Amino acid sequence: MIKIDAKGVPYKELNEKIHRAIAGGATKIELTHVNGQRYISDGLKKDIKITIDGVPGNDLGVFMDGPLITVNNNAQDAVGNTMNGGKIIVKGMAGDVCGYGMRGGKLFILKDAGYRVGIHMKGYKTLNPVIVIGGNAGDFLAEYMAGGVIVLLRMFGRNGTAETTGDYLGAGMHGGTVYVRGGVDKKKLGKGVDVAESGEEDALLLEGIIKEYAADLALDADKILNERFEKLTPLSTRPYAKLYTY
Amino acid sequence: MGIKSSTPYGKDFGGCGLVGIIDRSGNSIAGSMIVSSLCSMKDRGNGLGSGYAVYGAYPEFKDCFGIHVMYNDISARGPVEDLLKSRLELVHAEPIPVKKIHSIVHPPEFWRYFVNPPAQVEEQGDDEVDDLIVNIVMDINESIENAYVVSGGKNLAVFKGVGHPDAIAEFFKMQDYSGYLLLGHTRFPTNTPGWWGGAHPFTILDWSIVHNGEISSYGTNKRYVEMFGYKCTLLTDTEVVAYLLDLLIRKKGLSLPAAAAVLAPPFWKDIEEMDPSKKDYYTALRVSYASASLNGPFAILMGFDNGILGLNDRIKLRPLIVGKKGDVVAIASEESAIREVLKEPEDVWAPKAGEPIIVTLKEDVNSVGKL
Repeated sequence: MIKIDAKGVPYKELNEKIHRAIAGGATKIELTHVNGQRYISDGLKKDIKITIDGVPGNDLGVFMDGPLITVNNNAQDAVGNTMNGGKIIVKGMAGDVCGYGMRGGKLFILKDAGYRVGIHMKGYKTLNPVIVIGGNAGDFLAEYMAGGVIVLLRMFGRNGTAETTGDYLGAGMHGGTVYVRGGVDKKKLGKGVDVAESGEEDALLLEGIIKEYAADLALDADKILNERFEKLTPLSTRPYAKLYTY
Repeated sequence: MGIKSSTPYGKDFGGCGLVGIIDRSGNSIAGSMIVSSLCSMKDRGNGLGSGYAVYGAYPEFKDCFGIHVMYNDISARGPVEDLLKSRLELVHAEPIPVKKIHSIVHPPEFWRYFVNPPAQVEEQGDDEVDDLIVNIVMDINESIENAYVVSGGKNLAVFKGVGHPDAIAEFFKMQDYSGYLLLGHTRFPTNTPGWWGGAHPFTILDWSIVHNGEISSYGTNKRYVEMFGYKCTLLTDTEVVAYLLDLLIRKKGLSLPAAAAVLAPPFWKDIEEMDPSKKDYYTALRVSYASASLNGPFAILMGFDNGILGLNDRIKLRPLIVGKKGDVVAIASEESAIREVLKEPEDVWAPKAGEPIIVTLKEDVNSVGKL
């Protein structure tokens, strides 16, 4: 275990320290006094563990492919931007545009998430990214989603209550699945989204995801699963096929 | 190549950074606090504009209007002082103390003037007095070459210029000031020039605005405020927001929430869903003040004499986070900027799109707004 004190360290220097530690063989890194440093773990392709005390800056885990990051506090905007593999656990809330263009790996957020989470998320063959949001989410969740899975629980937010989903949910979605615990208000749906009760196959998938999520965040999986989920899928794989052709 | 970069890592980064800190008890917050907070977001700006507003900066002249003037050429000083003396009572004038520092080259000169309105205007009431100050600011900005008013409120000091937030703070000696409400801004200019007058905050009377985003409706908004005598002379979209708020709140008598709903109105589809009285209210606001609504992405902080307003555009295209610890509330572009100065805040949250965050001093909370 290597400890790096990030107090007052500019982001580039901090990331260089992390890269040097990994080059030196470190597999577990603990960052303390982090406050706003950007791009932590960017592009890392190793099977390592990074624990963060404090609030990491924007683009945490951007392009990464492998590491397990645990944030013991809130995170800012664009967590897991275009990440390819690995896992990010946020034991607080997260900001806007998290999981943007995410193409693999997992992003588990305990509390609320901001606006535009999971937009342009995609999946391919064995790559099937997963985002779980324990609290509420802002507008445009899953906008232009092309693959992967998003689960919205609305249980552990700041207000402790399930708010209506954000507006324009799944707007322009053309692949992937969104599960919403307790169901959605259809007025909040974006165009081109189909809503159905989740079925047996979904239950199996959800059970796997939620058990892992609950274990990582010390929650009761049964309590989370003990409620109906509605499933959002795209009505078309090419919702804008005719937008520019005619 | 041969071009020296203004950032330590040779790269420019996008997205203005803003922060406001208020102590609701009215206790003084050190100027260095807002500087630390803003400097933690230095990477958001690119050194082409930073600035600060300090409410409570001039207790010794707290009943005077404190007019900060920027002179691109000091020859403008004579005409400005003649104008001020002809229309106001000049109580005190002095150059604003600055420190020469390496990274700030060819700065303008800055003077401050503490003034009172003439007795015959004062007799006519506060609104007449405020109108006089607004007119004088517009006249200087529009007609005196090389002179621009940086701020003109009571007990309010605004310092801004071209440079990173640490450099501008050092240049204007921010450590020598304190106040109950402070704003800070670091700029990444996108559509308009990075010049000294284009740095934030933008002000009129006691209103000061810092902004991250673009006001796409600038043309409409500008033409609208011009109908009421405001003149946009500072080459940056944010300027118009200061005048809009003065118009909506001081002149039209809207409350802060109503003014916020004019700037970031609910969508018609959401108004349709409201109960009848709310529906009528928001319909009336949208119809009456269509030309005052702001289109485009924004996160805005507005300071005023007894509080601060934070507001996002209707679909939250720019970040804004609030943190609270006791009587101190901070609103910023990034949570880390709040935690830089509020250790272990008791609550941190992200306001919703278009949801105004209004924090006022505990005393004197009713001095703003009539509706």
